[in-house]
Amino acid sequence: MGEEKELRVRRIKNGTVIDHITAGQALNVIKILGLPDASEGVVSILLNSPGEHGKKDVVKIENRELKVTEVDRIALIAPNATINIIRNFNVSQKKKVHIPEFMEGVIRCINPNCISNSNEPITSKFNVTVDDDRPKLRCTYCGRVISENIAKHLL
Amino acid sequence: MIFKDHHIISMTSFSKDMIDHILETAEKMEPIALGKQKSDLLSGKVLAVLFFEPSTRTRMSFETAMFRLGGDVLNLGSVDASSIAKGETLADTIRVVDSYADAIVLRHPREGAAFLASEFSTVPILNAGDGAGHHPTQTLLDLYTIKRQSHLDGLKIALAGDLKYGRTVHSLCYALSLYGAQITMISPPELRMPEEIINDLENRGAKVTEVESIEEAISEVDVLYMTRIQKERFPDPAEYQKVANRLKITTDLLKDAKPELRIMHPLPRVNEIHPDVDDTVHACYFKQAFYGVPVRMALVALVLGAIE
Repeated sequence: MGEEKELRVRRIKNGTVIDHITAGQALNVIKILGLPDASEGVVSILLNSPGEHGKKDVVKIENRELKVTEVDRIALIAPNATINIIRNFNVSQKKKVHIPEFMEGVIRCINPNCISNSNEPITSKFNVTVDDDRPKLRCTYCGRVISENIAKHLL
Repeated sequence: MIFKDHHIISMTSFSKDMIDHILETAEKMEPIALGKQKSDLLSGKVLAVLFFEPSTRTRMSFETAMFRLGGDVLNLGSVDASSIAKGETLADTIRVVDSYADAIVLRHPREGAAFLASEFSTVPILNAGDGAGHHPTQTLLDLYTIKRQSHLDGLKIALAGDLKYGRTVHSLCYALSLYGAQITMISPPELRMPEEIINDLENRGAKVTEVESIEEAISEVDVLYMTRIQKERFPDPAEYQKVANRLKITTDLLKDAKPELRIMHPLPRVNEIHPDVDDTVHACYFKQAFYGVPVRMALVALVLGAIE
């Protein structure tokens, strides 16, 4: 089993491993983080990997240490994700993601008539609250709330 | 209380104290609004009025408010004849106009336009309606009308008509919840006030009941706030007619009303208030339209720092 695992996901020497991503959300995580453009290193994606609490996705980014604020944005679609900073094959830092209180330029407002969906020189902005463990995004411009299928509204 | 340089975007940013202060200021403005007193409080000040959508009352009452206080008005005029027709963004328009004027009144068809304007403007923005979003000066003049013609504390009010889409009634309800009002919602089932708003209102201290006809509420209330039901909300014209007829106020219906009942309407009305009602002591919708002037005088004078 260990050998099989070794074959599927190679350990990385330096970089970031995002673990415990909600199964099926890895490609959205990649999108939110602006990868691969934001990194020149190899990015490996593992989908539907068996984990202790069921299936999960994993993303490994070589030679790039992501900042916590940068990664917190993925908490909206993968609230249980953990960030592991790898240095010389060892985990030097391990952190959970936290849903940020404010989000800019990640999600598109669902209101087609919102000014943020026009040709104005602005990016979308949301105030984020958590209701029953689920993130709720309120558009700073029009006040419309997004609480379901957040991944569908990624910019 | 310092209002200088504040943007007036939505009622959600107003506390009860702030509302009370604006209404008290408006009351002092009333003799000037009526032309009984002269004022040069805003002499040398320029108010830019940018209306990207048609309006009669809101635009004219802002202009009158400015003139009555000795200030000047800069009107965008027709959108077709301006740079907007050439594709200029609202952000650019605001950055240009804020160098010509001391404050900007904005009406725009998109929700959130006033907030965007406030991000780019160096002068106060007064939201005069952003799509289906906010229209805070309407709410303030509604509150002022209630204060002057009835009473805000211990108020029993019924709101009738389109309570689902009407931004005016939503924002008025939120403001009234600050005063612990008893609110009766009168609407057909398809135009009910959204559940989320009713829950919010109850959490904020308002007592809310829902009924389907004016008859069920008329004898109890101090104020009846009528709104227009829009034909386009109904796919079937016959269904619209049925609903529109049920939510119509006539002199006959008023026989059961308290003598001090006041009827309000943001106007324009279609046929939800019979013209015969205009001559009764209950009608106060034209007075309400006038009250837009002292309220807007107060707001402009406050954000320009001419008074505190």
